[in-house]
Amino acid sequence: MRSILITITIMLFSLSLLANETEHKAVSSKDEKYNPVPPIMEHISDAHSWHIVGGGHDAIALPLPVILWTDNGLVVFMSSEFHHDTKGHHIVARNGLNLVNYHEKIYVLNDGEEHLDIDEEGKVANVRPIDISITKNVFGMLISMLIVCLVFFKAARSYKGGIKAPKGIASFMEPLVLFVKDDIALQNIGEKHHRRFVPFLLTAFFFIWFNNLLGLIPIPGFSGANITGNIAFTLVLSTITLLLTNLNGNKQYWKHVFWMPGAPVPIKIFLIPIELIGLIAKPFALMIRLFANMTAGHIVVLSLVSLIFIFKSIYMSAVAVPFTLFISVLELLVALLQAYVFTMLSALFIGSAVAEHH
Amino acid sequence: MDNPLVTPEIGMLFWTALVFIILMLLLTKYAWKPILAAVKERETSIEEALNSAEDAKREIAELKSNNEDLLNEARAERDEMLKEARGIKDNIVAEAKTTANQEAEKIVAAARESIQHEKMAAITELKNQVAVLSIEIAEKILKDELSSADKQKAIIDNVVKDINLN
Repeated sequence: MRSILITITIMLFSLSLLANETEHKAVSSKDEKYNPVPPIMEHISDAHSWHIVGGGHDAIALPLPVILWTDNGLVVFMSSEFHHDTKGHHIVARNGLNLVNYHEKIYVLNDGEEHLDIDEEGKVANVRPIDISITKNVFGMLISMLIVCLVFFKAARSYKGGIKAPKGIASFMEPLVLFVKDDIALQNIGEKHHRRFVPFLLTAFFFIWFNNLLGLIPIPGFSGANITGNIAFTLVLSTITLLLTNLNGNKQYWKHVFWMPGAPVPIKIFLIPIELIGLIAKPFALMIRLFANMTAGHIVVLSLVSLIFIFKSIYMSAVAVPFTLFISVLELLVALLQAYVFTMLSALFIGSAVAEHH
Repeated sequence: MDNPLVTPEIGMLFWTALVFIILMLLLTKYAWKPILAAVKERETSIEEALNSAEDAKREIAELKSNNEDLLNEARAERDEMLKEARGIKDNIVAEAKTTANQEAEKIVAAARESIQHEKMAAITELKNQVAVLSIEIAEKILKDELSSADKQKAIIDNVVKDINLN
């Protein structure tokens, strides 16, 4: 009961901070309509610094390292050097290059120019260096990596010293580990081959789950990064599934792709392109599903908070707060569910590639 | 593809791949393998324990049935022995009875014989006694009859009278 109260208090507290954040993005004129899209987009997108509270030059943000590979070599500096500027105004000079941050993308200004070369459609003509900065998402991912490691190293340590019943964190994690191993890996891949895919499935399951959960914590300075709702993140994971599936595909699997047994020859030929598209479509669906679900959750929560500012009424919070709370709790379920779905489907695809048909 | 949401950034791709692969290697070495090995070990030990319990149970059942057999055997043996004993008892009793009967008959026969002897002796004694008494009586009577001359004469008369009639 006490923990529930604490959770609710934290949530309400963080809602007020979310509100604070969105407030600053709100237009100053009371007559103008509040547009919730830019702050929401900013929130679910990646950023070079970890914004905590406030806006403009007064904003408080955790500076993160910017790492660039430019024509003039490696450039490393802290994101605080941009002074919270994302409009491309503040120029940072490094290695003879003038760098600006325009909507969280780093551009190199052309020689002699003071501003970015932006055309009427809003497209930037300037060169982007290869940007491998520790962004908000990367930093969040490192935090979750640390948490996953701490949790499971601690769990693994409790198994040392002979056979005994699981205790503490191990007793909570063991059923999940066994669930992934027995009900996901073993069920979908089969007794003979499942063992070598268990590490990937377990890591994917817990990494996605922990990242999902971290993304739901709206406390500033802690997390709230939309890591699993980032297309690059889901692209990497689904690519690993794609590689594991096709690199482990047996003769039967490839036969089903290129020469479907049991079908007449014209159908066999017809099925080849379809099956080839299917090879890509399956992991592609994995990528989109996780990305869309998590991003959607963040958008819904933020939209509900934005209602207060759209209606410009504090009374709106009577509606917005309970709904946000409800969606946040639902997202806790979705966080686990999406981790499960991703792992499940990965196991299913791998299983179809290594299965021995009779 | 201009939407930044669906445009993968190279930095994020790089870091995700790096972090995930490092995490997978770390967890495999330091978490998954020890945890799954421990669970497996525990599973085998539980299975062994269950099996041995099952064995013990079977052994106990076997022992129980053995005991039952032994008990039954013992019971049968006891019954047999009882029956035998009863037969022996019956025999002994019957034999004793026959012997006793014979003995009794013998005793009775001997008794009867001695009674006969006694009786004969008694009769002989009685006969002798009666003869002595008869003589004594006859003597007394004769003395009495022949005490006076009248009486002697009367007797002679009587005798003479009888002779005359003949």
